[in-house]
Parts: sequence; C-alpha cells; structure tokens
Amino acid sequence: MAETTAITERRETPLGYFKRTWRQNIIYIGFVVVFVFFAATLHDKGFLTPNNLLNIARQTAIIAVMAVAMTLVLSSGEIDLSVGAVAGLASVTTAMAVAWGGLPVGIAAGLMTGLSVGLINGFLSTQLMIPTFLTTLAMMGIARGTAMWISDTAAIPVLDRTYPAIFGGGNIGPIPTLLVWMLIIGVIGHVVLRRTKFGRQVLAVGGNVVAARYSGINTGRVKLWVIVISAVTASLAGMLYAGRLQTGRFQLGEGDELSVIAAVVLGGTSLFGGKGTVVGSIIGALMIGVINNGLILMGLEYSQQLIARGGIIILAVALSQAGTRPA
Amino acid sequence: MGGRRVIELAAKPVAVEMTAISKRFGGVHALREVSFTVCSGEIHALLGENGAGKSTILKILRGVQAPDSGTIAIGGEVLGHLTPKLARQKGIGMIFQEMSLVPTLTVAQNIFLASEPLTPAGLIDDRNMERRSAEIFASMGVEINPSALVADLSTGQQQLTEIAKALSQNAAVLVLDEPTSALTAGEVDILFDLLRRLRAEGKAIVYVSHRMDEIFRIADHATVLRDGRLINSRPIADYSLPTLIADIMGKATRDLSEFTTASTAQDEIILKVEHLSSKLRKGGDVSFSLRRGEVLGIAGLLGAGRSRLARMLFGLEPIAGGTITLRGQTTTIGSAKQATELGIGLVPEDRRRQGLVLPHSIQDNIELPILGRLGSTPFVDLFKSRSTTDELIKRLAIKTASREAAANSLSGGNQQKIVIGKWLATDPDILIMDEPTAGIDIGSKGEVLRLVRELAADGKSIIFISSELAELIAVSDRIAVMSGGRLSEPLDKAELTGTTGDAAELRAEQKLQLIVQQGGNHG
Repeated sequence: MAETTAITERRETPLGYFKRTWRQNIIYIGFVVVFVFFAATLHDKGFLTPNNLLNIARQTAIIAVMAVAMTLVLSSGEIDLSVGAVAGLASVTTAMAVAWGGLPVGIAAGLMTGLSVGLINGFLSTQLMIPTFLTTLAMMGIARGTAMWISDTAAIPVLDRTYPAIFGGGNIGPIPTLLVWMLIIGVIGHVVLRRTKFGRQVLAVGGNVVAARYSGINTGRVKLWVIVISAVTASLAGMLYAGRLQTGRFQLGEGDELSVIAAVVLGGTSLFGGKGTVVGSIIGALMIGVINNGLILMGLEYSQQLIARGGIIILAVALSQAGTRPA
Repeated sequence: MGGRRVIELAAKPVAVEMTAISKRFGGVHALREVSFTVCSGEIHALLGENGAGKSTILKILRGVQAPDSGTIAIGGEVLGHLTPKLARQKGIGMIFQEMSLVPTLTVAQNIFLASEPLTPAGLIDDRNMERRSAEIFASMGVEINPSALVADLSTGQQQLTEIAKALSQNAAVLVLDEPTSALTAGEVDILFDLLRRLRAEGKAIVYVSHRMDEIFRIADHATVLRDGRLINSRPIADYSLPTLIADIMGKATRDLSEFTTASTAQDEIILKVEHLSSKLRKGGDVSFSLRRGEVLGIAGLLGAGRSRLARMLFGLEPIAGGTITLRGQTTTIGSAKQATELGIGLVPEDRRRQGLVLPHSIQDNIELPILGRLGSTPFVDLFKSRSTTDELIKRLAIKTASREAAANSLSGGNQQKIVIGKWLATDPDILIMDEPTAGIDIGSKGEVLRLVRELAADGKSIIFISSELAELIAVSDRIAVMSGGRLSEPLDKAELTGTTGDAAELRAEQKLQLIVQQGGNHG
C-alpha cells in the first residue's frame, strides 16, 4: 500500500492514471464495451454492416443535435424541457411556410419559431425569475398545443425537393446528411463550450452564479442566450425531422426531451451545472442509439427493450456520477 | 453603572460550572485551564477577540466537542461525557447566530420541530402546538403569530422564535451568540426586555457580543478570554469601557509593524464619495475621498454596513442617493461589469460563495473577470490566459501543483490568493478588499498585508475592510469607522499611534476599538 503511494508520488503509472480518471471517461469506456458486446454477439444478425451503423447514426443524429445545446443548458445550471415540443412545432411551421412561400421562407419560419420560444422562455426565467424547469414545462404544452392548432392535427407534406436534401433526407456521397448536421453542430458546440469566452461564462454561471456575478459577468444575459440557443437548436431538430420524413407533424419530437437529457447526463455533464462536455453528450446519444438497435436485433420485445435500456442508463450514470453531487 | 447587582451575585445558584477546561487542536491550545461559571438569574457576557476560545468553550458546553481535560457540571451535576443530546436534556439552549429555523414551516412547527405533540391517534396535534406556542410567547411578553410562516417574519421575530424554541425545551441556560448583529435598534430593545424578564425568572443567560455598549446595557457579569486563557471574570460594574477593551485586547498582541511602511499616497484624488446611501438599508451616509496610492482602512462592527459599502461601490447594491466621482468625473456604477471596466476590483467577504467557482481550476477562476481582455475575438486567448495565470501563481506564491488544480483542492490562504489574483489580473486602479485575511493562516495573512503595501506603492488605491484592528492599523494610511451605515471622518494613522490626545495610555488598537464601540464618534 505504502509502496504504491510512493510510486504515484514520483511518476503516475498508466494504471494509476486510469484509476484516477476512469469515472470521468466512463461514457467512452461504456460505449466501447456496449459496442464490442453487440458486435460480438450480433455479428450474424448484421449489427456491424455499414447499412445498420448508418441507420443508427440517422436515428440518433437529431437527438444528438438537441443534446449539444442541452449540454450548454445543463452546464449553466438550467434545464429545458420544451425541446421535443419545440421541434414538433418547428416541423409544422416550416412545412407550412415552405408550402406557402418556398424554401427560404420555410427555413426562416422554422428558425423564427425557435427564436420566439427561446426569447419567451428566457424572458420568463431571467426577468420574472421563474425557474426554467417550470417555464419550459409550461412551454412544452404551449408549443405542442400550438402545433396541433395551426396544423389542425394534420400532417403537412413538404413538397419542395431541395428542402429534404438540405435537411436530413438524403446523403452527401456515402454519408447521410443528418450525420453531417450532427457533426457540424457538435463541432460548433464543442468549440463554443471549450474555447470561447461565452462558454467560460456559461460554466462559471452554472458552477457558482454568485461568484460569476461578483466577477462582473452579466449572469442573466448568459442564461438568456443559453435558453435561446437551446430553443433555436430544437427548432433546427424539428426542421431535420421535417426533412427526413418530408412531413411536418405535431407529434414529432414527442418525449425527446427525456432522451436528450439522458444522453447529456450519460455523457458526463452535471445536472447541477458548472461541468459539461459536448463530445460526451454526442457519444451518450450514440450509445442510446446503439443500445436501442442492439436490443431490437437481439429480438427483445419492446417491453424488454424499455427495461434493459433503463437499466443500462442507470448503471452508466451511477458509475460516472457517484460521489460527484455538490455538498 | 451602579454596583447594585454585585451583592446579589453570591447568593445565586450556580447553573453551569466548567472547571479547568483545556482543549488542543493539533499543536494549538484553543483553551488552557479555563474555568467558566454561570449563575441562574444572571446575564453573563463571554468576551474575547476572534480566536480567543469563545466558540470552543461554547461547543464544549453544547456537547459538540469533548474537552481534553477539566470537568463540566450543569445544575450541580457533574457530567463526564457530554453529548449534544444530553446537553439539551440538561437545559442548555443555544440561539444560533445563523438562524436554524426552516423558513417554509410555521412558527409553531419550528418551535416543536422533531418533538411535535401527538393526538391519541398518533398524528401531529397542530392545535395543541399552536396553543402551547402562543403560551410561550405570552410568557415571553412578545406578540408573534404561531401560525405565521417563518419566512414572513422579520429577523428580530425570527430571533425571538429561536428563543421560544429553546424555552419550549425547558432550557435553563440560554446561550446567545452575537444575537443583535442583524437587528434594528427597536428589535434590540425588545430582545433586551425579554432577556431581563428571563433573568428575573431565574434563567442563566450567556451572551456573546462584540458590541461593548450592549454588554454594559444588559450584562451583570463578564468573563474575558484571550488566546485560550481566562483573563478575568468579574461583575460588569467593575469595568469601564477602556479597562474592558484593555482586558480583551491585551498588552502586546501580534507585532504587525513590519507591514507598516511610509504612506505612498499621491496628491491625485482618484475616488470621491459624497453622501452615498443604499436602497436596501435606510439611514446610510458615506462620504470619503481616496488618493492614488493610498490605503483607506474601514473598521466597524458586524452589520455596520461595511460590506454593503463595498457592494455599492462595485455596482452590486442599488444606490438610493449620493454621488461617486471617479478620476474627477461623476459616475454611476450600475453593475459589477461596469465597475470592472472603470478599474475597480472587489475581493469579496465570502471567498467560497462570492469569490470562487470552487470546482473550477485556478486558471478558469482567474480568467473570469478578464475574459473581455483575453483577445478581441469571441475565443479565449489561451496563451495569454495561461501566461497571466502562471505569472500570478508566481507573484502571489500560490502553492499548487499546476494552474489546472481545482480551487477547492487548495488551502484557505491559497484560495484567497486566487481571488486576489483574479482582480490583480484586471489591473484595477482601486481594489476593495472585504475581510481579506478572515479564515486564512498566519503566513498567508502576512503575505496579503505585504501585498497591500506593495500595491499602494505601485500607485493602486485600496479600501481595506477588516475586523482585525491590529492589521487594519498596520496596513492603512487613514482609517474610518462605519456604524449604522454611516462612515466617520477618516483618522490619520498618526492620531492613533501617537501618544497625545485623550486615552493616551491606550495602545493604537485599543483606541480604535474604543472609537468603533462608540460608533465612530471620536470628535
């Protein structure tokens, strides 16, 4: 015992480094373990075929896009429960606007949807001091209801041909467009959180809002921006849904908020703020996608899939977050 | 100050008798052979500077800490092994400085928290609880609605509720630690009326306060501790303010003269404040001027409004009236961001809560106020950030393995250096330091004081707020005293250290203490 301490004091062994940091990197280890497990047990069922893997990416990409913005939200100590509903609403407004005024109008309408929702959420949370848990919970219903109302609960087809090509329908070469979107948003999110002044402010506000204010940071504005970014990204996700299915529908994105939050927390971002990783969130989303896909290929029933998925998520989060709660 | 109570004392039954109590923490003697006797029907002031041993002896009385040696008897019964529960059963009631009430529960629910009266069916008997609470308040002679929420009460009413809670547990000995620091003058009067009434009922009351005027108003007896030793225990009538202060502060405290240098104040007045008052506290009035290269010390008691002044000058507390003139121009300071841009820095009072994002690295913490200057793009100039951090780690001798170390992995002194460092990084003209040496080791203290003089020599102006009068005198060029939100006319240090004027026989700290206790009136 004393001997090992002496060694680590002099120079850290690879094993020592692993022991110290494995909890932080549990998501990457877990992803590899799950992937290798399915690759070994399901190779005869086509798990490793390029087609299946691209399928996983396609199904996961939209969750991953929202997870990038949610990483910022949780890092700042807030939460956004309205992302799924905003995605649904944006899919409807985009589809309607494309039908009415063509492609540019459609894109503008989708993004404006997110911007308006974000500003309302942000105003209520930073000016009226209503916790984001409540504002976005209420907004979840309002956005979903608005989508039902303006679409008359009908699916709205996207007939424009260019739209699906840009927003997630097709491929660029061999790569699905959705995957490209995920990578672009992921890289932007990662750089914003890790390398920009804004990212530092987000983490500081989430880590200790009082100290951030005492350091001259306009904490309200930082939170407002984070909430707006989340809503705009959610509306982009809705536009990707509309492109992939060539339809805008109010049900799209239903329940996504929970998958998104699960992916982000699984990735190692703290639910209490101050600590976040965009790469982890994307891997977290992919891991959920791989688990879903693997469980289906294993031939589990839907009920069994739900239970197995829940168990794996609890295990991963328990391992990565154990002992990291704030005092 | 009559001697009428002195004669009665001998006849009173002893409520608490602590004999020859010693307690060490590591190599530090917190208490050496201290005896402390409190009688029923008396208000007993326990006095001493920070670190004198007051809180240790109270913790031992409450059973939170065990003494290394010595005996404790409560109500004549010697108790070998005192636990918090046993202490409570034996009638020790503690009124905490930081309120220990649950704000979302009612007054009655708080009073009977964890000892709720039950109905025969085993459910909580709310009516019984409220009736008994009302009885307690009636016996105390105060009016508080037992069904009101604690969050809706004033600070004074909360304090009274705490006392009611202790009384409901049949406390025979009430310990009050700085009970008036957050109370208005009217609330203090109500509290004192109550304490006198409780005294008449035969309760023993231990009263801890730094406010000597209160001690002379309310206490019968005073016990003075200094550096863990019992200095004196005698009726308050035997004391005058100067003799009491002399007992508390001692003849020779730490010699801080090595930090004293000749004044480096220049002629230019960098900051002039006239009749400043806060929106959040009425009756404030602060005027002073600060020269380039000058250290202005601000003394005052807890709750005098010193931190409020710091926050007003830093844009964190709304200003009701008055003018701030910075470098000859009248300005308003509306936010901390603006204050930072105007060249003002604040090392705040509560380093862990206000000063640092504890789980983040040294570099991340130091970066925060200078993000705007780390390159002109939206990206953080990491090279500049690293070199700034490394420079400050070196300059302030922060003991750490690397700039990546989390702030909460460092000692208190090193944490404070990070907070100071993050403001030095902004290169401020004016640095406000609010209790910068509180809770840090003696070595770091010296380094902070030396740094203050170095900064002044560099032409920075410093507003130095501290409750440690010796260091305040050592480091300041002029000293002003805050009391009730008002700032006195600053004194030159020579007026305190010189041997002329009234109370010439007192040391500088004792003179300053006298002024602080008299509310800044030294004219």
